[in-house]
Amino acid sequence: MTPPDPRPVDLFLKNIESRSGNSEIRPEKIEIRLENIDKRYGGLYALRRVSLEIASGECVVFAGRNGSGKTTLLRVVAQLVKPSAGKLTFPLAQNGSAPAQKNTGFVAHATMVYDELTAEENLLLFARLLGIADAARRVGLLLSEVGLSERRDSLVRTFSRGMRQRVAIARALLQEPAVLLLDEPATGLDPQGVNWLAATLRRLRDAGSTILMSLHGESEISALATRGVRLDAGAVVDDTQTGASLRSILTFG
Amino acid sequence: MSLLANTGVLLGKELRTEFRSRELLTTTIVFVLIVVVLFSFNLNPTTEESRRFGPGLLWLAFLFAASLMLQPCFLREQNNDTLSALRLSVADPFAIFLSKLCANTLFLLLTELLLLPVFAVLYNVPLLGVVPQLGLVFFLGSVGLSVTGTTLSAISAQARMRELLLPVLLLPLLTPLLIASTEATAALLAPEPALRWDWLAILIAFDVVFLTAVWLFGEYLLEE
Repeated sequence: MTPPDPRPVDLFLKNIESRSGNSEIRPEKIEIRLENIDKRYGGLYALRRVSLEIASGECVVFAGRNGSGKTTLLRVVAQLVKPSAGKLTFPLAQNGSAPAQKNTGFVAHATMVYDELTAEENLLLFARLLGIADAARRVGLLLSEVGLSERRDSLVRTFSRGMRQRVAIARALLQEPAVLLLDEPATGLDPQGVNWLAATLRRLRDAGSTILMSLHGESEISALATRGVRLDAGAVVDDTQTGASLRSILTFG
Repeated sequence: MSLLANTGVLLGKELRTEFRSRELLTTTIVFVLIVVVLFSFNLNPTTEESRRFGPGLLWLAFLFAASLMLQPCFLREQNNDTLSALRLSVADPFAIFLSKLCANTLFLLLTELLLLPVFAVLYNVPLLGVVPQLGLVFFLGSVGLSVTGTTLSAISAQARMRELLLPVLLLPLLTPLLIASTEATAALLAPEPALRWDWLAILIAFDVVFLTAVWLFGEYLLEE
């Protein structure tokens, strides 16, 4: 009997470990640095003088009311939106071989997949664009991981919101990114889906992956946070790693 | 991954999604056929009249086809924010533009290929002897239409009043291209067909200038 294929997350963890030398969080290593970031749309400030240093291996939850700037901040870090002022740097990536943008997996509000392609075609498309070796095998493993193996040949437009979100998460994990950006990643997922996502993110976090996500309220996913940042009107108003304050941000953010 | 490899992958996606949905091709082909058939029955032109008015009519139909076809090419990427996913995945954002340009040119050429025999029959213009030369003119004209339209589609997709913006910007920019294409086609439909290199040179120059500009500044078109 042939041994079963290793799970993609396990392969991912192995890669992360080999990349960093060990699986321990090394907070002295700054993965992402934001210095006085402003983002204006006309006269409206979406972000106002945001300065953060995020170490490799941190799991940061951005909380705040609707319109507080969480999504814009994640899109700035993903380099999809250029800041109006300030500086964004990836100190680790600059010294490493991988370009920062290719090293980032992003799950946005929208699913970022094509309705007119099947789940497998979508993942294969992005895998090929990213130049992933043995793309078909990797896609097969990820589809199995997100529980869509049986629907791999179905068009995404026939999927429920939760199934689309699973494809979106699989797409973000394709290139084994060192940095994961998740904008309300549990959107549309059923309770089993949320459990699966929380378990996946926990394994990634424990392996040293850097995770930044925006969330509303407390959940199994927010429990993974090692740091909470509260935004209000585009500005950072609270930034904590300690228990009670962190819980307060996650609960009332 | 290289620019060409990324472009190839994305072109495959463009063709697959279009041939699966047939949204653009069906609408465009039906529209241009109706234009050509209606004018034919309405004007009932002689061969001589067709030689004079036909090239203008053909390029007008191609312009309408391009307007219909090019508008949605970047709008469709906004439905699920797939443009952001592409920007995060390609090494050179020009690949996104280049793949759409290639796909639009192919779709436009396919429309022209289907329209040409209908035009020859309804307008009683013999075309068999000049098909390769016409192919060259159509190719250069279609590249010009596509490169301009695809660029403006990228710009207008992020603007308000986007449905109006594309035609408003497109028509003035395309004037030199349409004049050159129509004149080059007219010379080929004349009783003594000739390939007019002066008009072809304008077409080539138009294509090269716009392609170079997009190559240099295309990255900014895709930014939010």
